[in-house]
Amino acid sequence: MSSREFILTQIRQSCHTERSEAPTVPFFHQDPANIVDKFKQSLIAMGGQIIETDPQDPYKFVKEKIAQSKIICSVVPEILGNRHLTETTEPKELQDIDYGVLRASFGVAETGSICLTEQDLFINTLGYLPQHLIIFLDPKQIVENLHDAYARSEWKQIHYAALHSGPSATADIEGVLIRGAQGVRSLSVLLIE
Amino acid sequence: MSDLQQEIQPKGAKIKGNKPVNQLEAANRFIAASAHQQMHDQRLWDLRKKRDAQMHLIPEWEELRDLASDIKSHTLDHLADYLEEFERNAKANGVHVHWAKDAQESNQIIAGILKEHDAKNLVKSKSMLGEECLLRQHLEEEGVTVIETDLGERIQQLDKEDPSHVVVPAVHKSRTDVSKVFVKTLNAEEGNNDVHYLATTQRETTRPYILNADAGMTGANFLVAETGAVVVCTNEGNADLSANTPPLHIVTVGIEKIIPKMEHLAVFIRLLSRSALGSPITQYTSYFSGPRKGGEMHVVLVDNGRSTRLASHKFKAGLKCIRCGACMNTCPVFRRSGGLSYGSVYAGPIGLILSPTYNVHKYRNLPFASTLNGSCTNVCPVKINLHEQIFAWRETLAEEKELSLSKRIIMTSLGKLFAHPKAYRMAVQTGDKLLSYLPHFMVYNQLNTWGRQRDIPTPPKETFHSWYAKNYMKKGKADE
Ligand code: SF4
Repeated sequence: MSSREFILTQIRQSCHTERSEAPTVPFFHQDPANIVDKFKQSLIAMGGQIIETDPQDPYKFVKEKIAQSKIICSVVPEILGNRHLTETTEPKELQDIDYGVLRASFGVAETGSICLTEQDLFINTLGYLPQHLIIFLDPKQIVENLHDAYARSEWKQIHYAALHSGPSATADIEGVLIRGAQGVRSLSVLLIE
Repeated sequence: MSDLQQEIQPKGAKIKGNKPVNQLEAANRFIAASAHQQMHDQRLWDLRKKRDAQMHLIPEWEELRDLASDIKSHTLDHLADYLEEFERNAKANGVHVHWAKDAQESNQIIAGILKEHDAKNLVKSKSMLGEECLLRQHLEEEGVTVIETDLGERIQQLDKEDPSHVVVPAVHKSRTDVSKVFVKTLNAEEGNNDVHYLATTQRETTRPYILNADAGMTGANFLVAETGAVVVCTNEGNADLSANTPPLHIVTVGIEKIIPKMEHLAVFIRLLSRSALGSPITQYTSYFSGPRKGGEMHVVLVDNGRSTRLASHKFKAGLKCIRCGACMNTCPVFRRSGGLSYGSVYAGPIGLILSPTYNVHKYRNLPFASTLNGSCTNVCPVKINLHEQIFAWRETLAEEKELSLSKRIIMTSLGKLFAHPKAYRMAVQTGDKLLSYLPHFMVYNQLNTWGRQRDIPTPPKETFHSWYAKNYMKKGKADE
């Protein structure tokens, strides 16, 4: 008998229950108003930053930030970087990027998370190897909570996606919080359509 | 330098083959290192307080716990069906699915995949199942270099110690302890105890391994049957790096980690990090349902005793565990003894009930490392009846004559205090209130060796019975 059959047979012998339906989960909606404010608060609490837009030039801050850096990889049309990704770029080639600029699929107000799918990232390591990330997020794409987030269609269309909630962090030594563990050192979100 | 920075870190339980682990002896050494013991206690109690603060922010908290528990019960009742559904969907997404009946087979499968790809360098993200199977040791014997990428786990790897906690593996160490390890192994600056410096040293020394790895390995917090996906929660981003940088991603996961649908995932993600660290979510909650572009993905489904445990009515509920560590953070014995004193992969309340299922003889003392105050049960996000199972283990061990004479004696006296149905139920009902009294009346009493070294010179002025009678009987609360 293969291990697969062995395990499944053992399990079937262990539980003899009638077929029942899995519990259904409500959406627990509470506060659909102020969803954007809630998102901002939550993201800041997780160590992320909100970039306030200048009405004259919404990208002013982003441009300034990246003007001070050497290697910028942007996969959004609004911003031009100096590192271009192609079909043949290896994931580890992204190791020297200072700023990665991308657009998230959606945001979650409850936790201040943004969802980056493999389509948003182009190459998955773009979410982790750069020192810093700047994320564009359409405020209309912010959902209230994680129940809404996992009801989105993105999950069924991709092979990889991650909810990023602020930059990487660790508190493994004496509980001292450090932003910038293995992943990015900072995460800034620009709310823009 | 403070006491903590001067004091030498106590080592964990001494393992002597299959002999019963003497948790008490190791706990006494940990308690004797009073600065470490205090830091450990405070740090974990701090996590517990943060968890409470999060809980109060979510009006539906108790409803979520009920749902989580129900989803897990349902899934365990139909485990075979959901595993088959997961396999079908994962395969359709291009994932290779393997089945391992025990640790040895799991290690062989993983070594085999690595060999097939001529992979010699593996970067690994923390996984308790890996610890359970002694995977790293096995792969190293096969000539594979394995690098842990989580900071706490890396510290423990470099110090040749096991993780002492499921979520914060190096929580028992001071910054000086870490610095000493890094000086010896990573060429760190002697005497530089700055936490930022230490964390950066690990980041910078681990990065080249990640960039040059042939394969990456992660555990999994959840498997979603509906989509054939693996979900991993980390704060450091190390799982995403390990999985996405090298061309090969191997996932090792216990068969009990499966849940039916995406809607269920939301319940667990809302509970996990809030229960573990008191943060609303981990920095990264990652979802892998297929190999990345140009990569290959393997999932190894590991049984290792789980399917047998499923048949036990008494101990089955332990399979609901999502490894958040909340029960450890709240447990007065764990906080004072340190996780390494248990001498087992899973420590604290959940460890007391899981460990004997792996080896009843070796871990027969563990179910006694508890005050049965019920606090673990109160915080468990999936509502595992931890203290009841701990008590059931004591009974089982007594029946099975695995109980040493001294334990029998303690049991008869402690039995009066803790196993008395009324007191027992009250302890659970009043969980939190009771905890603030515990240090004096329960933890540091004569019978309880975890507190012996501190309060024993002054015997308790009040017995639990009289204290209990005074505080609760008069309020008329003591009746059923
Ligand atoms: S038993 Fe409950 S509280 Fe303890 S680690 Fe498991 S899920 Fe968390």
